[in-house]
Amino acid sequence: MNIKMECHEANHICDKNQYKEAGFWEMVKLNIHLIYCRACRKYTARNMKLTKAVHDPKVKSVSAADKDALKRRLQQEL
Amino acid sequence: MSVNQLDPNVWVDKYSDYLYNYTIVRVNDHEVAQDLISETFLAGLKSKNNFKGEATERTWLISILKRKIIDHYRKINSNKGKAEVRMSYSDDESEGDWLEERVSDPFDKTAEDTMENEELGMAIFSCLDNLPEKQASIFRKKTIDGIDTESICNEYDITPSNLWVIIHRARKGMADCLEKSWF
Repeated sequence: MNIKMECHEANHICDKNQYKEAGFWEMVKLNIHLIYCRACRKYTARNMKLTKAVHDPKVKSVSAADKDALKRRLQQEL
Repeated sequence: MSVNQLDPNVWVDKYSDYLYNYTIVRVNDHEVAQDLISETFLAGLKSKNNFKGEATERTWLISILKRKIIDHYRKINSNKGKAEVRMSYSDDESEGDWLEERVSDPFDKTAEDTMENEELGMAIFSCLDNLPEKQASIFRKKTIDGIDTESICNEYDITPSNLWVIIHRARKGMADCLEKSWF
């Protein structure tokens, strides 16, 4: 297995990791890459921050069912 | 500068989350917030012809929503008949420097903290609004609604690697935008 990898590959794994879809070996490779790559460290930090912000419980969103109800009411008036 | 246009068909998809985050801090009740938002959309529809195109659609809707929230509080206050709290002292001697008279308590930051977090919700949805249409809807599906990769790919007829490129661009755009307005 090739331990070294390029930055775009590292970023891709990092993106996948935000959705818990990265595999174990991918995570190992990513972490090794992060040891020596400052740019990817920065990208990863920002990416994690974004995920945390979006999943903050205070960030509310309207459920699909409620949106449908809203749409139907609006359609009636149109 | 181009004149802004109204398009009621996309209101629910584009603005309901943003408006909901704005409303929920102010009324703190899911049902009431839903009602206020739907009233806002209906009112917007009715006064569509008054829209001059000077503001963006979203700003215009928020200004209607503000009125609706004020009306809501007027209504419940007139129902209860006691909108204000009065303090009276039983005799002159008890008058003085009472803790209750000091309005702000510097050590109680909780209310303010909630406000800040709620603004985060608005920041996120307004950034989402700035992204290109396709990126925004895919990012929303994947990240906020938590739909799995395969069904999104089927819906948009794209390959997983296409999807990841879109997600990557969207995340980059979101991070840049939030960096300016939030982080």
